[in-house]
Amino acid sequence: MIEEELIEQLKSQIIESLSLEDVSPSDFDADTPLFVEGLGLDSIDAIELILLLEKKYGIKIEDPKQRREVLKSVRTMANLILNNKQHDIANK
Amino acid sequence: MIFINSIGSITPNKTIENGHFQCVEPLYKELINPIQLRRMSRILKMGLGASTICIQNLPESKIDAIIVGTGLACILDLEKFLFTVLEGNEQSLSPIPFINSTHNTVAAQIAFMHKITGYSNTFCGADSFDSALADAILLLNEDANQVLIGGIDEYSEYHFFMNSEEHDLKNAQFGEGAIFFILEKELKDNSFAQLIGVHSFLTKNKKCNNNLFEIIKTEITLFLKKYELELTDIEIFVSGKNGNCFSDDIYDILQRDFFPHSDTLQFKHLCGEYMTSTAFAMEHTARHLSNCTEKYALIYNHFNLVNHSIILMKTSK
Amino acid sequence: MTLLTNNTNRVFITGFGIISSIGCGESDTFKILQEKRTTFRKVTFLETALTQFPVAEVNKSNHDLTLLASLSDNEHYSRTFLLGIIAAQQAMQMAGLKTLEGIVAATTVGGIDLFERSYKKLIDSNYSAQNKQQIAFSLDISDCTEKIADYFGIRSNVSTISTACSSSANSLITGARMIRSGLVNKILAGGMDALSLFSLNGFNSLEILSDTGCRPFDQQRNGITIGEGAAFLVLESEKSAKNKKIYGEIVGYANRNETFHQTAPSPNGDGIAMTMKQALKIAEINPESIDYINAHGTGTLMNDLSEGNAIKTVFKENIPPISSTKGFTGHTLAAAGAIEAVLCLLSLKKQKLLPNLNLENVTQELSFNPVTEMKDAKINYILSNSIGFGGANSSLIIKKV
Repeated sequence: MIEEELIEQLKSQIIESLSLEDVSPSDFDADTPLFVEGLGLDSIDAIELILLLEKKYGIKIEDPKQRREVLKSVRTMANLILNNKQHDIANK
Repeated sequence: MIFINSIGSITPNKTIENGHFQCVEPLYKELINPIQLRRMSRILKMGLGASTICIQNLPESKIDAIIVGTGLACILDLEKFLFTVLEGNEQSLSPIPFINSTHNTVAAQIAFMHKITGYSNTFCGADSFDSALADAILLLNEDANQVLIGGIDEYSEYHFFMNSEEHDLKNAQFGEGAIFFILEKELKDNSFAQLIGVHSFLTKNKKCNNNLFEIIKTEITLFLKKYELELTDIEIFVSGKNGNCFSDDIYDILQRDFFPHSDTLQFKHLCGEYMTSTAFAMEHTARHLSNCTEKYALIYNHFNLVNHSIILMKTSK
Repeated sequence: MTLLTNNTNRVFITGFGIISSIGCGESDTFKILQEKRTTFRKVTFLETALTQFPVAEVNKSNHDLTLLASLSDNEHYSRTFLLGIIAAQQAMQMAGLKTLEGIVAATTVGGIDLFERSYKKLIDSNYSAQNKQQIAFSLDISDCTEKIADYFGIRSNVSTISTACSSSANSLITGARMIRSGLVNKILAGGMDALSLFSLNGFNSLEILSDTGCRPFDQQRNGITIGEGAAFLVLESEKSAKNKKIYGEIVGYANRNETFHQTAPSPNGDGIAMTMKQALKIAEINPESIDYINAHGTGTLMNDLSEGNAIKTVFKENIPPISSTKGFTGHTLAAAGAIEAVLCLLSLKKQKLLPNLNLENVTQELSFNPVTEMKDAKINYILSNSIGFGGANSSLIIKKV
């Protein structure tokens, strides 16, 4: 999957898993900060996003520092997923 | 003196769906900030919605305390989280239903939304609204001026098991509701009624069954005596009759022996049977009294013949 | 609003009971405190997959608890009820009472442990409807309170409070206010909670369970350790307590909302700071009068920082000795406020400061060092804090009589 497609897919999944009823995918872009000043998400949402990565993409992140890096924006999340796939392919 | 100066409610208003009374809900987006709304379960929306209507109905309100009575609190969220765990999933659980199922969530969210930094308490169980009311009266006798108090409960599967064959609630239809009041010490143009007192008691012990009716009659008599009232002073008897042939007797007996001279008001045909139905009874009675002159009303209700409550009200004008 | 009333009956504590992971009753409990012994262990009685988190479990099976309470075996007794009745029996015995005028009990999960172990029977056609109701009723958390009320023949003023982790601080406050206003002369107040799959998984979903055992106020603290237990206090008016032994007096209390976030406290601790200030105001004392603070101190990053900052705000340069006793009892949720009130009564009685366990390096942001040894001290006033989800803050001030 190319990055742009993945970003659109992630946006819909974020909206769905966080029940952001009034937000549409066009309301934020790949680099909009997810927390505080951007989408205004909080620590409970962070746990939900970590669960999303785990359930939909099989990626588990325990390290709080790495979590903060990954959950910066939709693009950082997409990059992690893409890198992870390359790893998987390389390992196969 | 304590007055009911505002009411906000989300109730079934006779609506029956899927075999139980179901609340008619407003468009929450008009009442609650969508960012807050997104993580809320139905009961939370009902509680926040009803309390917001109540606050909006009393301009310039400055609330000192929030007290909530709830039988089973956010039972659907609790069931959702609990059943996921009981099905063997103890990993990767979403925390939202757990957070929401904390019993004081509604009170905490009201405080959060309306920035009320005063006292807050949440009572649970079948006479929780009555305990909450007693606490509100205590607060107003301390130094509170304005207390927001509510009774909330939602219908859930839990009732299915309580409604099993041998049970007392057979034949009664279950219900739900979220009803909030603002109580103040001041009589205002918009006062609905005066709240005089509340008393609840428990007859859990099987020994009580032999003389249950006598216990209830004694409690009502003693309660009225406290306010120097006679049975004949009660012009409106509000009866918690719910259609259950096994447990409705007491209402008929009280009407016959105690209140033959009174008008009888019923309310469960509008809201169904649920743990905090006395909040509905209080709204119903307050609205009725707002159109009367010089009348005392006494609400008597029991849940399951175990939890009994008496609320005494009077016209405010 | 300060909860002040024109009627100011004094609120005396004439009996108390406690059961937790560190023991059953006053002397067992004090012994473990003195020995600074940890009781955290791998979960034993609760069947769960979450065995990686140590817990503070009461070291008795439900059968043993039933015997301890002198009750006959009943498969429909929840562990929460059993813990509650044991603590209540002790308190009533100490106060020399058979019955009294009311009970205000706190719990977050009530009899949920009964539901968890028997819910499969709800769909078993061989199981009677009446038994199914017993199981279903366990989701009504007031069922435990009502059973205790029934045991002591209490009919009126029976209520159940549930405000998350500040629940039993609020049941003590409510009981105290009822005495103070003259509504009742003697009342039982406290809290109870058993370990349950629900709370263990709930706190795990929030990722705040410690896998090492909680370390309140430590720089390396990594979450809470869930405990179980119960504590009840008999509160009596001056008139009613005449000629009786008095273990302490509730002189100050406050209950305030922080309104900062749904679950998290504010970093500055504004909520708990205003709560402590108000409790001091009701007690009509200055911060300097407080001889010991029993902190909420759960061992999460946020709680200890927030509470610590609030203590700095209220006490400024004169911070009294502080400790959190959660390193002993774990976080007993709705029972915590009452359990800690009993530990405060022991501190008053023995005139000893209670130690904070598992503390190696104090949180850098805080300017005080919690007490780590049991020490002699002159103690007249103790402040105890409780902080719950949703910014539900409560403080109590107990005085030596």
